[in-house]
Formats: sequence, structure tokens, C-alpha cells
Amino acid sequence: MATAEVTHDSHDDHGHHEDEGFIKKYLWSTDHKMIAMQYLVTGIAMAIIGGFFAYVFRMQLAFPGVEVPLFGIVSPAQYNSLVTNHGTIMIFWVAMPVLIAAFGNFLIPLMIGCDDMVFPKINRLSYQIFLLSAIVLVGSFFVEGGGFGGAWTAYPPLSAVSEYNLTPMGATLWVVAVALEFIAFLLGGINFITTAMNSRAPGMRLYDIPMTVWMIVVASILFMASVGPLIAGAIMLIFDQTLNTGFFDPNKGGDPVLWQHLFWFFGHPEVYVVLLPALGFTADIITTFSRKPLFAYRTVLYTVFGTGILSFTVWAHHQFISGIDPRMAHIFTITTLLISVPIAEMMFVYIATLYKGSITLTTPMLWGLAFIGEFLIGGVTGIFLGASGPDIFFHDTYFVLAHFHYTFFPIAIIGSFAGLTYWWPKMTGKMMNETLGKIHFWGTIISFNVIFLPLFVLGQLGQHRRIYSYEGFGELMREDVLLGMGMQDLRVLATVALLIMIGFQVVFFLNVFLTLRKKAYDAGPNPYNANTLEWLAPSPPGHGNFAELPTVYRGAYEFSHPDRELDYWPQWEKD
Amino acid sequence: MDWIVQASTFAADVDFAINVIYVLVGFWFFLTFGIFLWLVIAHRAKPGQKAEYLTGDEREPKKFISRAHMLVLVCDVAIVVAAVQVWVQVKQTLPTAPETQTVRIVSQQWAWSFVHPGADGQLDTADDIKTVDELHIELDRPYIYELTSRDVLHDFSVPAFRLKQDSIPGRVITGWFQATVAGIHEIQCAEMCGIGHGLMPGKVVVETPEEHAAWMQSKSGGAMLASASR
Repeated sequence: MATAEVTHDSHDDHGHHEDEGFIKKYLWSTDHKMIAMQYLVTGIAMAIIGGFFAYVFRMQLAFPGVEVPLFGIVSPAQYNSLVTNHGTIMIFWVAMPVLIAAFGNFLIPLMIGCDDMVFPKINRLSYQIFLLSAIVLVGSFFVEGGGFGGAWTAYPPLSAVSEYNLTPMGATLWVVAVALEFIAFLLGGINFITTAMNSRAPGMRLYDIPMTVWMIVVASILFMASVGPLIAGAIMLIFDQTLNTGFFDPNKGGDPVLWQHLFWFFGHPEVYVVLLPALGFTADIITTFSRKPLFAYRTVLYTVFGTGILSFTVWAHHQFISGIDPRMAHIFTITTLLISVPIAEMMFVYIATLYKGSITLTTPMLWGLAFIGEFLIGGVTGIFLGASGPDIFFHDTYFVLAHFHYTFFPIAIIGSFAGLTYWWPKMTGKMMNETLGKIHFWGTIISFNVIFLPLFVLGQLGQHRRIYSYEGFGELMREDVLLGMGMQDLRVLATVALLIMIGFQVVFFLNVFLTLRKKAYDAGPNPYNANTLEWLAPSPPGHGNFAELPTVYRGAYEFSHPDRELDYWPQWEKD
Repeated sequence: MDWIVQASTFAADVDFAINVIYVLVGFWFFLTFGIFLWLVIAHRAKPGQKAEYLTGDEREPKKFISRAHMLVLVCDVAIVVAAVQVWVQVKQTLPTAPETQTVRIVSQQWAWSFVHPGADGQLDTADDIKTVDELHIELDRPYIYELTSRDVLHDFSVPAFRLKQDSIPGRVITGWFQATVAGIHEIQCAEMCGIGHGLMPGKVVVETPEEHAAWMQSKSGGAMLASASR
């Protein structure tokens, strides 16, 4: 079982020979590193689409009715479709493929010291289904009626009945794409869990596994356990759309609120599915660059399990005002606030890891630290929404929007940049330019906060989400609400900051491009003097990953051990 | 903090629960963020100085974490109490005073229709007053609403009242409010309901008893029956 079946059999040198043919090498590969690259490239391409959508609707919000460059005038139907698909893409086609699939595929075999995934062909199939799902989703924007515009949560009856949503094809393709994407990640998850549990290097006990691997494994388990109800729901929704069944149609005896339960029973654990990998990267990065063991490794691990289990009990906090029995709100308020305990614990533990460290602020370290800082804002603002009474006011306002962007942006964007900048030398063999990296970091982080902090204020002032233009609402066009700015000024400010943030991404791609040149600085196998096994493999790792499969002698975070001169102690070194 | 006008009897209570969270969460946020920044600045690498080997299994440093998270739990309890109290008041209690009136709110793509009782104070009688996109109510009088939808989910949200409730086709959801500030308060639809979702602003017109009586007078005789759809 554990022997990898590999299509590349002839070279270790990663010169990109065409001897296998383009398709076999790049599209039909079973090598975990190539599949990781496929997921990464597809995820980045989808991020560009999702980011473009954000640019278009933010322009419409700041300058209603204006002709948006590269798009044109935004109609209400297009606006709805843009916000719907921005959300769908960023969660399902960016956060999931990049954080879990790309990094999971690349890192798990390297970090546990084996040569490939346990099921390489299932792995290949996983990417192919994922690619198909992305094509279906992108295709749905161009069919008659346009892309689906019923919000990423797709509440029926709007999503189920084409007379209501007016996107007969778009709505169905949207659900089909999402269902396919789930299948892809179920297949990927099987690999991640099985590989991490069965293919570890000799000597690697459960408590020696690097946090990144643990987190991706737990995320895959959460995904598997939560996605079933939603897949069932998605099929019921497709039937409602195409076969005229009435699972969610009250006129036929169905119940529209049922969908909300199925959706959020998945939707809330899903937050943790994408959060955990980013937390894992952060653990690996902050330990390496503060030269400290991870504070209370076991506590972190138990906290992750606890958070995972609790995350199945909080879903209805998304539905406080949706017409569920109001008494249920008490239970879900309690469970939701309870989850603040393990999450706070996790934040405390990460911060404690920095204590008496020897911190170097490299680019990946900056991203890792920014993850902690920004996620803290996302975490604390969630308390307002998990508490039933205050949620009566906040539900569906821009406060919610700002809150979950303070969780998802640190997860999907900061987490991805943290992982990419940290493991880039391993992926390519070349170091990234630190100056460009820091310019990109500060440009992105500052503009991110300027986009979303004003949106908290707009939410607190009662502005609701998914509204095409606020010109018809006098209460939402107030002057002088913050530092002399009016509400429309805040919208303009957020949009301008978004444009600046998009501009700064050019610096990142420039940096990537520069590292791909021959004369970029060679990384060597272990540029950061880190401990985990991926740093034993050559950079980039060749076929089979390791010259000789390693044996593990200690935990993943033995930095600055008092018995040792060097401030690191790799897992693979005997003494 | 009152960011927007508190125009209902429970608006101040909702804001109070919100402010409780601002205070507790603000304390934790600034404390944690402050310690975080201080550690990053204080423990920058210095040449020749090794980091301290702390695995976190030592009892002394672990205390800071375990005690802190017990305190978080205490704050959670306070927040739950504040939240539940106001939730019960807004969502689980209905006014019983004899002057309470009932109005019917019907949402549809993309308009609000309202049915007001006429002079007899009863719904479903000949003198009901139907309007579109404008709800007329009396200042300081408790109202029970019966909310339903004709097609998809909508949400009746009046930020000035701190009131929000989804409307569901096939179901009638009741709730209540009592306005305390005369004037016009805006209604936003707070549940995505299709192409016109952003274009269904409504108004709650809060009138003094005299103004309200005059308005009823002007509508009497069934002169204006709202058309069902646009």
C-alpha cells in the first residue's frame, strides 16, 4: 500500500524536461509535489478571479452606477452574482485548495518522512475532480441568466426556484460545482489522514508530528464528518431545481430552514477546517524564528481536538433570527461562547511561545505574527455575533462581514503567504528576496486593515450586507460619522485601500518571478536551521523526496536545548 | 455608545448587552495584543544570546495560560447572561397590555406590504388599512407583528429599533416592538432575496396618536388598497 506509484521515474534533478510529455508530467501526475503545485496554481488563479470580483463590487459600492474599468456598469443581478461567487470562490476554491490541498500534499509526506501519499491515484483523481469543479463554477458565469446570485449560503426557496432567482442554469451549476468540490476534498482527506497515520518515518511518535501535519489531519477529519449532511442537502437542492421536488419548498410541504441547518452544520466546522492549517503553519513558523519549542505542544493538540468537537455544536448561531425556536438560541449562545475558551487558549499558547525567544523578523515570521494579531481581532468580534441578544442587531450587517473577513483573510491570505514564503525555498530551491517580501507584507497588511476596520463602523451604524447601492437609504448616507468622514466616504476609503492592496500583490509576483531565475540565491536543504523532516530533503525535493528515508529521534520543536551548542536539534539527527 | 438612534423600548437594552461585550472583549483584546507586541519587541534576537528552552510543561509559566482561560470563561458567563436576558425580552415575550395592536407584515420580491387594523383595532375586518413599503404606527404603543413571506426568505430589519426577523413563506412569525421616537425609521431587507434585494427599502412611520388618527382618517373608506405586486 505504502509504496508510491510514481510517473516520474527518470530524474531527480527537476530540470523541466519534456520527456514525459506535458500532459503526463503536469496534468496526469501522481507525485504529491506536482499535485500540490496543481492545487496551488489553480487556487491562485481562482484567487485572482475572486479578487477581481471584489474589486468590481467594491467599485460599485464606492461609486454607485459608475462604469467599472475592465468590467463596465454593474447591474443588480451582476452585483449579486459577484458577491455570491466572491464568497464561494474564496472559501471553496482558494482557502481549501491552497491551505489544505496544496500545502497538505506538499508537506505531509515531507514532514513525516515518506516518499509519497498512500493513495497516489486517488490523489490524482482528487485534483482532477477539483479542476472539473472549478471549470463548472467558472462556466456558470457565462450561461444564460448569468452566474448564481443568491448568496454563498444559497438559502432556498430563492436558490431552489428559478422564477425567484432568475438564474436557472447558474444556480444549478453552482450547486453542482460545490458538490464536486466536496468530493475532491473527501478524496484528498482520505489521503492526508491515512498517510499521516500510517507512513510516518520510523521513530516518529504521535507527539513528534509537526503541528502543520496534525492540523491538516484534524481539518480533514472535521471536513469528512461535517460535509455529509451538506452533500445530501446539495443533492436535494439540485432535485428541487431540476426535478421539481419540494424538499425546501413550503408549498409542497418542504421546509426552507432545513437547508440552513444542513448548510451551517457543515459551514461552521468548515471555518475550522481552513483555520487549522493556517494555525499549523503559524506554529511551525513562530517556533523556527523565535528559536523556541512550541509552548505546551500537547495542550495545543488537545485544544485542537476540543475545538473540533465543539465546532459541531454551534451551527445555529448563524440562524438566531431565521425563525428557529427562540429557546434554541440560548443553547447555541452557550456553546458558541464556550468555543472562545479553546480558541483563546490557542492564542495564549502561541503568544507564550514567543516569551524569552530569540526572534528574527523574517518575511514568513512577519506573516505568522500578523496571523496571530489579525485573527485576534476576528476572534473577539465573533463574540458579539455568537451572543443571541446582540446578534439581533448585528445579524447580516457589515459588522458580520468585517468580522469574518478578519478571520478568513488571516486564514486564507495571511496563512497562505506565511506558508508560501516559509516553504518557498523548499518548493523551488531558491530564497525569496526579503526586501520585496517585506514591502509586500506591509503593503498588504496595512491596506487590509484600512479596508475592513471602517466596515465594522458601517455595520455598527446599521448597514446591511449584499445591498447593491445605499443611495436609497437616508440612514446609510449619514455625514460625519468617523473622524469627519461620512458613511459614503468610509465606503470609498475601503475601496481605495482594496485597490492599493491589489497593487501590492504585484510585488509578490515580481518576487516569485525573480526567484525563478538561475542566479537567485540558492536555499540549500535547511536555510532556517529548522528541525522538521522536510528540511532534510534536498530543495527542491526530487523523486522519492529523501536520498534515504529518515529515522526520527525527537519532537519537532527542540530549539535552544540547554544540552546542545547549536540552537536547533533536527528530528533526524541521532545526537 | 449609541451609534444610531434608539427608537424602541428594547433598543437601549440590546445596546447595553453590546456594550458589555465591548468592555469585556476590549479588555482581553488590548491586554493580549499588548503582551503580544511587547514580547515581539522585547525578545528580538541578540547576538550570542540563546532563547530559553521552555516546553510549556513547566508548572510556573503554564499558570498564566490556565488562569487566563478560567477568566475568559468567567467573562463568557457574564456575556451569556447579558445576551440571554435581552433575547428573552425581544424574542420570547409578547406585550399583553390592552392597548396592544397587531399589524401584519408581508414580504415579497421586492416590496413590503403592511396590513394595519382600522378604527376597530382588529385585523381582517373591512376597515383594515393596507399599504406598501410604509408601516404607520403610533408612538409609545406596543405592537405585535405577524410576519410572513409570499415567495422567498426576506428579513424585516429596523436598525433604529434593534429589531430583525427573517420572514419565511408558509409560516407566520410573531414578535413585537414599541416605538419611542417619532419620525421615519428605515427598513432594510436583511436576507438575500434576489435581484431586487438591495432595492426594497421600506419605512416605519412613527406618529403621535393625533397624527396617526389623521392618517387613518385619510385612508378610511378603503380608498387605497395596495396592489399586491409591482
